[in-house]
This record gives sequence, structure tokens and C-alpha cells, in this order.
Amino acid sequence: MSVAALTKTKQKLSWLSVSSVMVAFLLMLPILVIVGFVFSGSADVFKHLFETVLADYVGNSLLLMLGVGIGVLVMGIPTAWLTSVCDFPGRKVFAWALLLPLAVPAYIIAYTYTGLLDFAGPVQTFIREATGLGYGEYWFFEIRSLTGAMLMLALVLYPYVYLLSRSAFLEQSASTLEVSRTLGYNQWQGLFRLALPLARPAIIAGLTLALMETLADYGTVQYFGVSTFTTGIFRTFYGFGDSAAAAQLAAFLLGFVALLVLVEKYSRRKARYHSSAEYKAKAKLIELKGVKALIAFLICLGPVLFGFLIPAAVLGYWSLTKANLSDGAFAQLAWNSFYLAALAALIAVGFALILAYAGRLNPSKVVRAAVGTAGMGYALPGTIVAVGVIIPFAWLDHQIIAAARSLFGLDLGLILSGTLVALLFAYTVRFLAVSLGAVQSGLGKIKPSLDGAARTLGRTPLQVLKQVHVPLMKSSVLTALLIVFVDVLKELPATLILRPFNFNTLAVRAFELASDERLVDAAPASLLIVVVGLLPVILLSRSISKGRAGS
Amino acid sequence: MDKKALSKLFITLGSAALVSVASLLPTSVFADESGLVNVYSARKEALIKPMLERFTEQTGITVNLVTGKADALLKRLEVEGSASPADLFVTVDAGRLHRAKEAGVLQVSGSDQLNQAIPASLRDAEGYWYGMTQRARTIFYVKGKVNPDELSTYEDLADPKWKGRICVRSSNNIYNQSLVASMVDAIGESKTEAWAKGLVKNFAKPPSGGDTDQLKAAAAGVCDLAIANTYYFGRLLNSDDESKQALASKLVAFWPNQNDRGVHMNVSGVGVTKHARNIDNAVKLMEFMTSAESQTWYAEINNEYPVVEGVKIPANLASMGEFSADDIVLSKLGENNRAAVQLMDRAGWK
Repeated sequence: MSVAALTKTKQKLSWLSVSSVMVAFLLMLPILVIVGFVFSGSADVFKHLFETVLADYVGNSLLLMLGVGIGVLVMGIPTAWLTSVCDFPGRKVFAWALLLPLAVPAYIIAYTYTGLLDFAGPVQTFIREATGLGYGEYWFFEIRSLTGAMLMLALVLYPYVYLLSRSAFLEQSASTLEVSRTLGYNQWQGLFRLALPLARPAIIAGLTLALMETLADYGTVQYFGVSTFTTGIFRTFYGFGDSAAAAQLAAFLLGFVALLVLVEKYSRRKARYHSSAEYKAKAKLIELKGVKALIAFLICLGPVLFGFLIPAAVLGYWSLTKANLSDGAFAQLAWNSFYLAALAALIAVGFALILAYAGRLNPSKVVRAAVGTAGMGYALPGTIVAVGVIIPFAWLDHQIIAAARSLFGLDLGLILSGTLVALLFAYTVRFLAVSLGAVQSGLGKIKPSLDGAARTLGRTPLQVLKQVHVPLMKSSVLTALLIVFVDVLKELPATLILRPFNFNTLAVRAFELASDERLVDAAPASLLIVVVGLLPVILLSRSISKGRAGS
Repeated sequence: MDKKALSKLFITLGSAALVSVASLLPTSVFADESGLVNVYSARKEALIKPMLERFTEQTGITVNLVTGKADALLKRLEVEGSASPADLFVTVDAGRLHRAKEAGVLQVSGSDQLNQAIPASLRDAEGYWYGMTQRARTIFYVKGKVNPDELSTYEDLADPKWKGRICVRSSNNIYNQSLVASMVDAIGESKTEAWAKGLVKNFAKPPSGGDTDQLKAAAAGVCDLAIANTYYFGRLLNSDDESKQALASKLVAFWPNQNDRGVHMNVSGVGVTKHARNIDNAVKLMEFMTSAESQTWYAEINNEYPVVEGVKIPANLASMGEFSADDIVLSKLGENNRAAVQLMDRAGWK
């Protein structure tokens, strides 16, 4: 390799690092705006919160995280393992059906189960009519409680763990299992000593996503009357009308998340998880029969039944029998939701690839810091992200307007902050962590020696990415696209604040009716969110399975 | 589906999406064209769009609408500043109107017609905002379980005789905050706090859900009293759904404080934004909102009380009975909001 070529490569390398730092900075901008509030505003509100409700908020948030964490692991890992390593009746259907709850927004599942299970709902009414008992004379699970919120969130968030750990189990080559047999492990030992530890980065990535989403959740906990740190942020924003104090609280939330991420990184330290196999043989599935097959079937059925089938059936029933469908325009709403989600998915995954790739090629401190911080927006409630986006965008708009006026005498108006640009940017800030997690865990499993080999053969970093990595991480990239797409489809608060005139999405429509206490009328839009989310979920999960079989 | 087909799909969709985005970009929200007005509304689409469409039909003025939460829209107005395309800001409570005025995003506007139609207590004294509809926040009791003679005032709800018998939603809700703010004005902060503590002890269950949920809970036997806005009850009462009618038939509205200040009222309202470019059209729209047609529409569709005197109250509302209303200057609700939230925190009202 000539000196000139080497310099050229170095330049390209640094070009990638520079752009990764720029991407990270861009995405951090709203977060920096929020953190900036820590140094402004009064301590007055803070003092009040600290003296009265803060301990409660923090306690509830931690309990909620614990409950949701356990829930998503218990539902996500066994199902992922069963559908990727074992064979039992229904496995192929469950492989994609287990993803379906991902398409159900948490606040919608909360509304649905409340309608079904609360005191005035059909289930309890039936119990009372059948037994003649009155309120307080029998025990029934109180859905609107901390436990209820844990269940609702876990039911729709476990697919993160399922999805990521399943693709990890699938990518574990047959030889891994053979090794486990060589070591004299039985199936269970193989699972606990090899498969699970090897899948750990993916499991942790899924768990982290679920927990961050839990922290950011407002709709569910608010509806259930559970005071968490996030409801505290909104109480401060809406109740006191103090966006600065709300931003301060949000900054603390961020600090907590940063700590969490650091602890996780530290616990992994120098461990590396690369797939050792150059050639991936299709692993032979463990065949389950009789009672074992039945148990596996039930384990997989549970999450699908409670996380998707029941809520979808209730929504379908409400839509068909009771809802007022007159103010339709559903096709337009569905298209708006769909193309926003698709665009945001492409942008977020593009940025994630830049960041993950820069982090791999040039793991300098700056780049690592950039990669580590770019995804922080995921733990912030959408409303706070939106506030963080609109402040710098409006500032920039004002500069552009002033420049246009003085240079051309034009009145441009808001170019960035009142348009879909701001909205797409907010989605990227909020959901980058999702795509980054998936892309990184895929990239991490490709041996660095492969890069080296390709580079020796004269490939540029970009070519290595395109010709070596992308084919190898097809399923990871698809996973990333899928999750961001579905997340944006469900996203509400940022959409609500930042969208342009006369522009609505399905989530906005569903929320407006539901928050106006017209749950039944909200059902058709909610159901459509689920339906629009289904198609990509099914397509992509098929492609993930195929990717495994074909490679 | 393989990767190629998938990326093709994404590219196709992506380009279609870009075209859609582009079509939205050159915003037609600027006002060289005269027939335009831009609205930021905290009032939900379903409860404002039909009226706006009528306005467009009658005047030929195009209305652009964004709905959202009041505080978020307010923040948007603030940061957009002089470049904001909004001409009108619509909220569903007086506290937020006051907050908007304080934040400096509204301007004095109006017309003789508005000032004559709307009573002084239902608009800002200086003309920054005008009430559009009214709603009462009152007490509903379960027939047969409560003798209306036992009920008297909001203050009385803290009496231990109601222990474990009251349903009310979270103090996060602005309607509760406004009710408490009105009490701070009437009886002072420390008495209100003592009242809130007593009330919390009387809760039948920890607060959750919305007003309709409190009414449902009362009808189902969880509690004997529910505090709710009148239109939520009206919706159940006038529903086509028999189970909802049955639910409403178990409850009766009680009008408290009839011997002193009256029932706590709130308004939905509207103000012209500070940097509005279509002020004339904005005022025309405000006048349309207070026309007999719109006032009757809100009363019939959403069971809200008109702000304009002399508008005939439809049968659905009239059936709840007549009452005397608290005529507190509504901006007080905004001024006392912070104190109200803080004292509810201290009282343990979740």
C-alpha cells in the first residue's frame, strides 16, 4: 500500500469519526438544551417537590423499572429460546406472533384492559351478577395500580428482549451448541452456561430499551394514577406552568439513565462477544414432544394472548359495535403515520450505522463518548424531547428569517420548527437508541479480523461496510428498522407538539378521543395503529428467520 | 422477502414520503392571501373542527388547525415568537388563558360585539382573552345512598361523615387544580389546605382515571359521591348506549354553595396571539364562536353551557337543573394555580 493510499485511508477514517461526532452532537443538541436548564430557573419548585412528593416519585419509578424488567425478561427470553432452538407445534407462527404486542401502544393496552377489568367493566359486572356480591365483598385484581402498570408495560415491551435475544440465539452457530455437547452439558446447562451468556449483550440491549421506554412512559402511569418521576415532570410543566423546572427534573432523569448505562458498560468491561464461526451451519432444533411441547406452547401463547389477541379483540369489538366512525379520514391518517414512521426509521438507522461503524473503526475517546451519548434521548419523555428540539430550531429559524429579510427582503416564516423537519428530527433523537442498540449488537458479533482481511484486500471502510458488514448484519439492520418504525408509529407526545397545521396521525386521533374519555370512539384509530404496525412486523420477522436459514 | 425487495420497498415508500413532506413544506400559513386564520387549539379536534368548517362555509375564510396540550402549545408559541404563524390560541380552561397572557403570547383584541355578548366575569378585563363555553364542576350523588339534604358545600366534603365515600380524579388534572384555586380565593390558602387534607381522608379509592371513571365508579357502588364536570355526566345521560344511560340514571347532580358563592365554573376560551397576522379574521372567528349557532352547537354536542346570555339552553342541559354560578374573576384561577398544586401535594392528593 503506497503512502498516498495510506493517507487517503486515514482521511476517510477521520471523515467518518468527524461525521459521527457531528451526528452525535446534532442529536445531543436537544438534550443539551434540557440539561442547560439545570443552570437556570429557581430552586423553589424543586424544594417543594423534594419536601412533598419526590421520594414517592423516585420510589415508584424504581419499583416500576424492577417490575417491568423482571416481566420483560421472564416473557422475552424463554420465548426467544424456545422459538429459535426448539421445535414444537406452532413454533413458526409464534416466531412472528410474539412480536405482535410491539405494535400495541402502552397507553392503548392500558385503556383496553381498564375498560375490561375495572370495577364498572364487563368482567367484574359479570362476577357481581353471577354471585350477587357488591363492591368490596370479593377480591379482584386492581388494574389501576403500580402492579397493573408493570404488567401493561411488560406486555408491550417484552418484544424488545424477545427480538434482540432471539436474533442472538439464531446467530449463535451450530458449532456453539456442538461445543456445549462436547463439554458434556445437557440442553439446560448448554442454555445457562453458553447460550445465555453469549446472548447477554443482546438481552441487555433489549432490557435497556424496555427500561428506558418505561422511564419515559407517561400515558399509562398517568391513567393509572401511579406517580412516577415522569408524571412529576409533567405535573411541574402543566401544573406549575414551569417548563424550566420540568426540564431540570428531566435532566436528573437523564443523569440516572447515564449512570445505568455506565454501570452496564462497566460490568461488561473487556468482554467481547464475537461469533467464532466462519460458516454457520443450520443448527438442529431440539424436538419437544408431549407435555414438554404443550408447556412450550403455553409459554409462547401467554404473551401473545394477553399482549395482543385480547386487546386487539376488544378494540375490534368496540370499533365494530359501538364506535362512532363518522369523522373518518382514516386512510389519510394511516398514510401520514406510515410515511413518517418509514422516513424516521431510515434516518435513525442511517445515523446508527454511521455511529456504530465509527465506534468500531476508530474507538477513540471522543468517538466512544459520541456513540455512548447519542442514544440518551430514548429515556426522555417525548414532550421533553420536543421542547428540546423546538427551542434550538426556533432560534435557528429566527436567524434564517432575519438573514433572509436583510439580504433579500423576504419573509420566509418558520422553515424548521413548524414543519415535519422538526418532527423527524425529534423522532431521531428519541429513537436513535433503538436502532443503535440493534446495529451495534449485530456489528459487535462480526470478528474484527474480517474487517482487517477486507481492508488488506484494498477495500475502503465504506466498502467494508457495504460488502462485508451489511450482508452479515442484515437481520440486525432490519430489526433496527422494524423497531424504529413501530415506535414512531406509536409515538404521541412529540407528534402532538411539533406537527404542522392540519396534520394528524393515527396516534394523535386515538389519543384525542381517549383523553376526552371517549375510549370506545378511540378504538378504530388504535386498531389501525396496530394493523399498520403488523405488516412490517410480519415481513421483517420472516426475513430475519430466512436470513438465518440461508446464510 | 429478501433484502433487495425490501430496500426497493423502502426506497419507493421513502420517495413517496418525501413528496408528501415536500408538499407540506411551503406552508400556506402566511397571510398575503386575505382569507386565512391559523389556530393553535388545546380543544380537541372533534370538538372544534366541525365548527371551524361551518365558519369556512359561511365566510370563505380558510382555517388551519393544530391541536395539542395547552402548555405545550403555549411553549411553542413562546419559542416561535414573532415568527409564529398562529393567530388564535384556544384553551379549555381559564388558568391556561391567564398563563398565556402572563407569558406575553397574547394581545388585546376583541370587538364591541364580543364585549356585549360575553359577561365581564367570563372574559379578561383587559381583553386578552374571551370565554367561549362554560362548564360546572360539581358533585354527583348516588340516588338512594345519599340524601341531598346531607350535601351543602364543597367545604363540607371534608367532613368525616363522608369517609371512604368520595371519588375524584388525580390532582394532576387542571379542573381539580382550578377548583382548589377557586377555594384558595374564597377561603384562603391555609383553610383550603386543611380542607384538602380532610377530603383526601374521605377518598373511597386512590385517584385514577378521568371524570367519567369517577361517575362510573359511583354508579357501580365504589363510592357515594363523585366530583366531575357537568359535560361528562351529560354525555352519559344523552348517550345512545343504554348501559351508559342506565349508569347516569343512578346519579343526580347536586349544586353546592348555593347560599354563598355558587358552583365552581370554568371556561374554554380563546385569545388573539401577540404576533398574529390575520387579526381581522381571528376576531371574526371569535365572533362566530360566540354566535347563537356555535353556542347551541357546543351545548348540544358537548353539553357545555353557553357564555352568551339569552341563548336557549337545550333540554339535555336543562334537565340537570338550574343553579347559581361562582362569578369569581377567572384570571384568579390562573393566579392561584401554583398555590393550589402545592397545597394538594402537601395534602397527599395524588
